[in-house]
Amino acid sequence: MWLLTLYRSTVGKKAIMAVTGLLLVVFVIGHMAGNLQVFVGAARMNGYAAFLKSTGELLWVVRLGLLAAVLLHILMALQLTRIKAAARPVDYQKRQPQVSTVASRTMRWGGVLLLVFIVFHLLHFTTGTIFPWASAPDALHPEFSHTDVYGNVMSAFHTPWVVLFYVVAMLFLLLHLFHGAWSSVRTLGLTTPSRQPMKRHVATVVALVVWLGFTAVPVAVFFGVIR
Amino acid sequence: MNMKLRVWRQSSPDAKGALKEYAATDVSPDMSFLEMLDELNERLMEQGEVAIAFDHDCREGICGSCGVMINGVAHGPMKGTATCQLHMRSFKDGDTIVIEPWRAAAFPVVKDLVVNRGAFDRIIQAGGYVSVATGAAKDANSIPVPKEDSDAAMDAAACIGCGACVAACPNGSASLFTAAKVSHLGLLPQGQPERYRRALKMVAQMDLESFGGCTLFGECMEACPKEISIDFISRMNRDFLVGAATAPMERGGGED
Ligand code: FES
Repeated sequence: MWLLTLYRSTVGKKAIMAVTGLLLVVFVIGHMAGNLQVFVGAARMNGYAAFLKSTGELLWVVRLGLLAAVLLHILMALQLTRIKAAARPVDYQKRQPQVSTVASRTMRWGGVLLLVFIVFHLLHFTTGTIFPWASAPDALHPEFSHTDVYGNVMSAFHTPWVVLFYVVAMLFLLLHLFHGAWSSVRTLGLTTPSRQPMKRHVATVVALVVWLGFTAVPVAVFFGVIR
Repeated sequence: MNMKLRVWRQSSPDAKGALKEYAATDVSPDMSFLEMLDELNERLMEQGEVAIAFDHDCREGICGSCGVMINGVAHGPMKGTATCQLHMRSFKDGDTIVIEPWRAAAFPVVKDLVVNRGAFDRIIQAGGYVSVATGAAKDANSIPVPKEDSDAAMDAAACIGCGACVAACPNGSASLFTAAKVSHLGLLPQGQPERYRRALKMVAQMDLESFGGCTLFGECMEACPKEISIDFISRMNRDFLVGAATAPMERGGGED
């Protein structure tokens, strides 16, 4: 019953957050790398999308796994936030944070924003439910297509507010990973003692690469670098 | 130097408290922070007012009794020192200084700046000891301990249990304290047999006391007068996870 022991304790809850978080880090790295194929061309991008869809059941195993990870991550975050609120019922009149990073202090609300983004993103590119211009397609914004992923990307990112939303969301992903990719490894105890325990080279690189890779696509489309 | 103090006054655990303003006059830069409060208290008592209650004992940073929030920073602006080791030269003439007690559900205010840190004692009672009788002191080096281990154990054992880690943590977590106590025993040969059980029990008690969870803000390490590293939190978590996987324990159970 060690899972129950984990579930009952704050350290265990954090371990669950860390494991699910790390799984999602691996996913976003893969997703980002897949996206970059848009710079190679339509054939490459659409071929890759067709290949993913051809995996059939496996695709659904991965999708359900990701969904479970996200749900567990959120559930633990909610519980820990409630515990935190109860741990200091009377707050200080004055408190001066000393070393905590902006990233660490935006994990909760930044996480909420990322959730909103994920829902929007799925309705946007996976189902095509929210696809601005869908009602009145024109030359710049053709209709959503389930097979022409390249075309979807091109038409989606000519709408300023959509591009802005993606860019802002990716800034929060940068922050979330800058703290999360580092702290989850520490939470799981997978670190060796260090003279500067707040230093995080690997997490910094991961966060920056993911941020750059994801942001490059909407920005490049918007400014006509790829068309 | 003259300063304006805003001090938390609360006459009893259930009373409603508030920040009250006082003038600290003729403060010498060589005074300690607590001496400045002593002088203020002398004056208050001469005027027939109730002195400000605050905890202190050794006044040399080794007992862990003292500790208040000074301008929103646990133990004040000096790094690696307790409140009693802080001197007034750390402040400027004309400064306003806000003084508040540690804030945590597990540390209820007793009076003014004094809080009850009994929760820490109960965490220690849950497993912060070695059960076997170790007998009289052995000859030095009769039990060889690697240098790195003894150094790390000493670093963890430097914890004086003042509670600044909890006070500074935005989550109100006692992870640094518990980790230090789990680790200084877990790093030494005498602490090995109970290493994982100890981590499980002390973490369970920490949760029961309604401290928050650790999200690695790092504020605790900065506030700690002994500069204990958050590395120990990783170590405690590792011991806890190994313990949870290998020796499941009933909640709050004392049987092994
Ligand atoms: S009074 Fe003993 S540590 Fe400050």
